[in-house]
Amino acid sequence: MSSQLIKDNSIVDDDWRQIMPPEAEIEVKKQAGKVVIFKLTGEDSLTSEQIEKTTIPKEGKLLLPVKVFLHHQDNLKSRISNQEIGIWIETHEEIDSFINQIEDMNNLPCIAVSTKKFADGRIFSLGNLLRMKYKYKNELRAIGDVLRDQLFFLKRSGFNSFLIRKDKDAKDALLGLSDFTTPYQGAVDQTEPAWKIINRN
Amino acid sequence: MYKYDSLDQTLVNERVTQYEGQLARFLNKELSEEEFRPLRLQNGLYIQRHAPMLRVAIPYGLLSSAQLTKLADIADKYDRGYGHFSTRQNIQFNWPKLEDTPKILRELATVEMHAIQTSGNCIRNITTDQFAGVTPDEIIDPRYLAEIIRQWSTFHPEFALLPRKFKIAVTGSSKDRAIVQAHDIGLEVFTDKNNEMAIKVWVGGGLGRTPILGSVIRENLSWKHILTYCEAILRVYNLYGRRDNMYKARIKILVKALGIEKFKQLVDKEWATIKNGPNTIDSKEINRIKAFFSEPIYKTDKKDDLKKHTTNKSFTQWLLRCTHSHKKEGYRSVTLSLKSNEQAPGDATSDQMRAVASLADQYSFGEIRVSHEQNLILSDVSEDNLFELWEKAKVKKLATPNIGLLTDIICCPGGDFCSLANAKSIPIAKSIQDIFDDMDYLHDIGDINLNISGCMNACGHHHVGHIGILGVDKDGSEWYQLTLGGNQGNFASIGKVIGPSFSEEEMPKVIKKIINTYVKNRHPDEVFIDCVSRIGLEPFKEEVYGKKGKSV
Repeated sequence: MSSQLIKDNSIVDDDWRQIMPPEAEIEVKKQAGKVVIFKLTGEDSLTSEQIEKTTIPKEGKLLLPVKVFLHHQDNLKSRISNQEIGIWIETHEEIDSFINQIEDMNNLPCIAVSTKKFADGRIFSLGNLLRMKYKYKNELRAIGDVLRDQLFFLKRSGFNSFLIRKDKDAKDALLGLSDFTTPYQGAVDQTEPAWKIINRN
Repeated sequence: MYKYDSLDQTLVNERVTQYEGQLARFLNKELSEEEFRPLRLQNGLYIQRHAPMLRVAIPYGLLSSAQLTKLADIADKYDRGYGHFSTRQNIQFNWPKLEDTPKILRELATVEMHAIQTSGNCIRNITTDQFAGVTPDEIIDPRYLAEIIRQWSTFHPEFALLPRKFKIAVTGSSKDRAIVQAHDIGLEVFTDKNNEMAIKVWVGGGLGRTPILGSVIRENLSWKHILTYCEAILRVYNLYGRRDNMYKARIKILVKALGIEKFKQLVDKEWATIKNGPNTIDSKEINRIKAFFSEPIYKTDKKDDLKKHTTNKSFTQWLLRCTHSHKKEGYRSVTLSLKSNEQAPGDATSDQMRAVASLADQYSFGEIRVSHEQNLILSDVSEDNLFELWEKAKVKKLATPNIGLLTDIICCPGGDFCSLANAKSIPIAKSIQDIFDDMDYLHDIGDINLNISGCMNACGHHHVGHIGILGVDKDGSEWYQLTLGGNQGNFASIGKVIGPSFSEEEMPKVIKKIINTYVKNRHPDEVFIDCVSRIGLEPFKEEVYGKKGKSV
């Protein structure tokens, strides 16, 4: 099977492995309606049991759940400097809450943001924040429910690689990157708005 | 009005090509129904009771005569010869074929029109005052700001898939006709004490099933920061707005859950990182856009011709209700009523559209506006042309002298067309228009807004109607709930439910009783809404339900 990964405008082989945590055993109670900022959106985060029970393979380039990464950061030092460790985050995770605990984000060759649903547009804001506010420079990858019609927006939000959902054709999805030639507003890929870079009179 | 350059035109053309491809992928089953849904919605395409409904954008309600003529052609060629003007100043076609939609969009693109972001969870059409640029009470023309926001929000990559729809309105007048407080973001442009253009920003207003008026988040924002500030608000909403329950996903719920102070803190924190960034507007760009909205060349030599018609009662009635004061002496703005009892509120036939386009060419510099009250406006008519215009408009049934009166009903398409509706709304509007058909009586009742929505999504703005009617579903049958005391404008308020709901047959009688109660209790020159505020709901309830709370 050909690769599902688009990176910098072409289809390439994927040498990263996404590590999944085990299923949570206890049902976490929802705290709907509570005015706690990170609970507003209603998702559960990994339990400490899940974090501890996640197995980290001894070899290969790995994308670890960010919480698992933070838990093992100190033991992973040599692998981090070997450029073997990246992280993945979910769209409900707050970057502010963990960013200070990562020694230097730019030591990680790849950060992936996973979106469970096509319609979950938080991924765009997260891309923007990682690039513009936190100055992340390496590969920023969109994973999960990633389809052709998000690609133009993802690219504009700072993503440069896209793992297309398994059942879709990556070659077809690639076309989505060039849906529009000159957009109006400044964003991550092109920070200046159109009116500043071309003469519109 | 704004004219496309090659950049605008290319974007719209590319959008048609993109949509054409999306539809083709759906039709040959590469995209599932569920995958196609957000894509078609972002392009104004709903799947409705009878056929798809296509909503075409009319940015801030402004149309050229060529565009209106094109809409008429599309109504004839692809629909059943009419269109419906909506409360978001857009137009909806109720009967197009799915396969024809790319062709329709291709044709629209030739007159600088599109259906971009007219639906779906994204930033929708920017709305404003229908009398922008011509009303004497205006401080700053809001249209060029609306255009700047339109361009910025079109295909904004970060806000393409928000938790829910997002509506922005701008007003530049001391009298708010754009109901900015009922929007996700409401902007009031004014001149501050240093004589600089500044913006008062409201956030978290909205109608729908949880009607809330917006809270002021910033009293005085410099115009330069309009886009970066909106960006900060939208980023906080995009990240923290609820996505698990669509009924709690609007920004108003987030603002309410956090409180405006906490929300403002988050926005300010985000804004600090982008303030003065690339999307900051400068005066060169403002002036470039502003130039598109410069004044037409008004006549100065005119004969005072109106006085000879003062004995014509129907004309003077129309003059009183359907024409509005203008900043230029000798000019009036004219509202062409789409509220005769022969058509559903807001509907116009292709013949009427062509007639309005031609009237605009003859009398109003070729431009037309759509109001959120679902009427069409010719903004710049010289007084000496009014009689002639009235006679021509009458022939096309566009001169019902009922603007601002009881029968100028705001009404959504309701259960006859919309698959979301709980109940029909057009027949209710008609039954009310039918019993209040005596113009003298209507004029005597005076200013009153009656708004009807077929469900709690509130497309008919029932919450802010002086009288609001909401279609509800009770055990599978259609009932109607009545609210009183809603208001739009600077003194916006949400109407209160008066009691148990009514059947379709009861509705006109109930409205009659409400009006009778008002007529009985009013002071001389007291309009309906003021009377309701003064005497409260009790006298109305008593009249409608009887003293013991019995129904009619």
